[in-house]
Amino acid sequence: MIDGGILLSAVTFLPLVGAFFIFAMVQGDDEAAQRNARYVALYTTIATFALSLFLWWNFDPSTADFQFVEDYAWLGENIRYKMGVDGISVLFVVLTAFLMPICILASWESIGSRVKEYMIAFLVLETLMIGVFCALDLVLFYLFFEAGLIPMFLIIGVWGGKRRVYASFKFFLYTLLGSVFMLLAIMAMYWHAGTTDIPTLMQAKFPFAPIDVFGFEIPGGMQTLLWFAFFASFAVKMPMWPVHTWLPDAHVEAPTAGSVILAGVLLKMGGYGFLRFSLPMFPVASDLLAPLVFAMSVIAIIYTSLVALAQEDIKKLIAYSSVAHMGFVTMGIFTVTVQGIQGGIFQMLSHGIISSALFLCVGVIYDRIHTREIAAYGGLVERMPVYAVCFMVFTMANAGLPGTSGFVGEFLTLLAAFTVNTWVAAFATISVILAAAYSLYLYRRIIFGKLEKSALANIVDMNRREMSYILPLVALTILFGFYPAPLIEIHDVSVQKLITTYQQALAEAGRLTDLAGLTQ
Amino acid sequence: MDALIATFAGYAPIYPELLLAFGASELLLLGVFASRIKSETMVWIAIAIMGAAALLIFNQGLAVEQMFNGSFVVDPFARFLKLLVLLGSIVTLFMSRTTLKRHGLLTYEFAVLVLYATLGMMMMISAGDLISMYLGLEMQSLALYVIAALRRDSLRSSEAGLKYFVLGALSSGMLLYGSSLVYGYTGSTIFADIATYLQANPGQNIGLIFGLVFVLAGLAFKISAVPFHMWTPDVYEGAPTPITAFFAAAPKVAAMALLIRVTIDAFLPVVAQWQQILVFISIASMMWGAFAALGQTNIKRLMAYSSIGHMGFALVGLAAGSAEGTKSVLIYMAIYLVMTLGAFACIMTMRRGEVAVEEIDELSGLANTNLPMAFFLAMLLFSLAGIPPLAGFFAKFYVFRAAVESGLWPLVILGVIASVIGAVYYLRIIKVMFFDDAKESFDIMPADMKLVLGASGVFILLYVVYPSPLVSAAEAAAKSIFPG
Repeated sequence: MIDGGILLSAVTFLPLVGAFFIFAMVQGDDEAAQRNARYVALYTTIATFALSLFLWWNFDPSTADFQFVEDYAWLGENIRYKMGVDGISVLFVVLTAFLMPICILASWESIGSRVKEYMIAFLVLETLMIGVFCALDLVLFYLFFEAGLIPMFLIIGVWGGKRRVYASFKFFLYTLLGSVFMLLAIMAMYWHAGTTDIPTLMQAKFPFAPIDVFGFEIPGGMQTLLWFAFFASFAVKMPMWPVHTWLPDAHVEAPTAGSVILAGVLLKMGGYGFLRFSLPMFPVASDLLAPLVFAMSVIAIIYTSLVALAQEDIKKLIAYSSVAHMGFVTMGIFTVTVQGIQGGIFQMLSHGIISSALFLCVGVIYDRIHTREIAAYGGLVERMPVYAVCFMVFTMANAGLPGTSGFVGEFLTLLAAFTVNTWVAAFATISVILAAAYSLYLYRRIIFGKLEKSALANIVDMNRREMSYILPLVALTILFGFYPAPLIEIHDVSVQKLITTYQQALAEAGRLTDLAGLTQ
Repeated sequence: MDALIATFAGYAPIYPELLLAFGASELLLLGVFASRIKSETMVWIAIAIMGAAALLIFNQGLAVEQMFNGSFVVDPFARFLKLLVLLGSIVTLFMSRTTLKRHGLLTYEFAVLVLYATLGMMMMISAGDLISMYLGLEMQSLALYVIAALRRDSLRSSEAGLKYFVLGALSSGMLLYGSSLVYGYTGSTIFADIATYLQANPGQNIGLIFGLVFVLAGLAFKISAVPFHMWTPDVYEGAPTPITAFFAAAPKVAAMALLIRVTIDAFLPVVAQWQQILVFISIASMMWGAFAALGQTNIKRLMAYSSIGHMGFALVGLAAGSAEGTKSVLIYMAIYLVMTLGAFACIMTMRRGEVAVEEIDELSGLANTNLPMAFFLAMLLFSLAGIPPLAGFFAKFYVFRAAVESGLWPLVILGVIASVIGAVYYLRIIKVMFFDDAKESFDIMPADMKLVLGASGVFILLYVVYPSPLVSAAEAAAKSIFPG
């Protein structure tokens, strides 16, 4: 393991320092105080992004070991403050740090009340989100993972839309209920292995002999139970069908920046969790239960795509399409092939950019007309040409058009699914058509047609501030569509190692034979 | 002379109790005969006495001392909990001054009664046999009965006092009955001798188990665990708020300490017998605390159900029946105490135009009118709900971990589900404060409330940064009562 000084802690806790600075230094709620709070938040997030780029720059992609490791005693000797990144997590850190300045910019004018508290909530949230991807101790991970609920609950509840109370409660309770089982699993793992150190637990080889619970024989034994406990948490966070229903509500009611964070980062924690915990720590259970994940993924992909087709609310439509896209991620990850996992990671990163951008685009017109009803729009191309172009790029990317980053992830995961299970791949491919259908249908109803609604008569195109955060996203979407290598090379070695150890574990468990049978 | 000094030195372990006993009696005399001294001064004297007692305890070191043939035990376990109890009593006295004065309730008797109650609690904590257990318990309870009815002209306060007294007497009766059975079958009242007897006679003795059940029922009443909780909501609601704060903090810690003493010191050899009982009581308390609180509109009643639930969570650790479990209960009680004191500092501040308001809806829009208070109260509530990174999460973490290590899976699974249900009503308060429209602001928060709220808020926020002092203290305390 490579020691890295305090770089990771700096990236993680810098936003918290900024939050504290706003808390302590910015007084009152007048214009000047609001402006100060905004600028402090913006500079802090930009500095954090710069640090994360520095992290990326110094990251060595030729090794699968954890890098920049920090390790201090915390809750006794066995539960430690341990941070570190490998190829799988480093890009999520960068993604989080990249989206935050955009969120601050997107809230620049649309948030007019309690600006100070809003900025503090976002900065605290950034610390917690980056912490999730850096933590190398299970308890520390859980801490960051759960603590994020508090600021997000407040962001939805205080600055959200009409049904914000319902949405914030639903978000909080769903996620909490999912996570407490993970907490139990963490305790059971500690009991079994005597440590919560993640790299050690990856070698822990939890027992998989069938056990008997209330007269039911559980194949895969302890691994299966632990796997389900983690699954409960990650499936809610992801979200997978059928526990996805909190997501549309949360997305619709959250302020624009809240939706961006939800779609861009929080949803990725589920997929990250599968890669970091479920596959390496419970390989036998993962292998055993992969068909279940495939089934849930395929249902999610098709069902939520169909639901998206019927939505009248722009944000809801994007939210459902997010669930469908996350279905590709889970499907890819649980194929446990190089293409599948790399495709899954790529899909998560690209979805982090595309869906964030779509929510930002919704925010742009919502700030002008104050409605998210699709029917309230139409013919925007006449007055907002630049917006129409940007929105088109993201719509196409959402539909998975080749040449955009949305294509690469979907293609890789479908390819992997095809090698493992033809039926899964076949069904999942149907949704490529559905995605195109709902995306283009949405685009036609908002952008094309005649500009007839009186409310739209004086609508103006994006201003410079809005372009400053939307144009980079356009560039990235197209860049990674044509040249995905930088995002794939960095986790190549880590993914290879993950798969090798996974297959070794299966071989030791005597399950590799039928896995080999499946792949042929 | 030397002999006299030696005799006195022999009593060194009980100096803190002696100090409290003499101090309380002295204060009573002062109150009766020196009527010129203001009641507020008396409160400060009482605080000083308890502070001095805390210092004495702090200086006692880590030795284990048996007094009076083992009926009074002073060990790190006792010291840890006594410090907690003193902290609870000092802080409640400190913050109830102003509120009680406004109600015209700040009489010298209050300070004296709190001192006597605290003395009783310290005796409970150090109890080494059934007699001193009962003496300590009654000393504490009698003082509390009077305190509950302190507002004599209020129907609700009198009702609360009476209810508490009648049900308390019933539980004392059960406790005594159980004690006599235990004594009858083991031939000793000393906890250590009971344990030795049980060790030597491992066969099940139905009479003894019967006694054990009665003792546990009596003690469960004192910590207000389901199904012996019925008095709690009424007493919490009926008593004046500062007194509710007192009830919710220190006596709970003392009663839990006594429960630990009885189960671990005396009945550890029959752990299988009481474990089932505690598991049931614990599940029932957690579930009932969570479900019943959902429908409450009065914040004091809500805190009553919340405390019922929290006792259930603390019992999870005790039910584990291990050193790890005992340690986790101690940590839980310490964190619970701090959270409760902070929450009651807020509840006492809920006043408009000199009138106390107790409905949860009155907190509406607090974030607009008093953001610091709303922020700290929200953190306390998140902490009570057990959301990381706040201290309340670690409290739950330790007890559940201990239960997992003892393999009590049904208890643990139901426990975490109860904690999610419990989160709903804490969230509801936060929703009222942050999401709803502002009402007229409360009266200005007195400086001492700000101090208490700020201190407890900072503790629960920063516990995550440096958790080891509390953990190692609790570990030393738990080790001292655990054989081996």
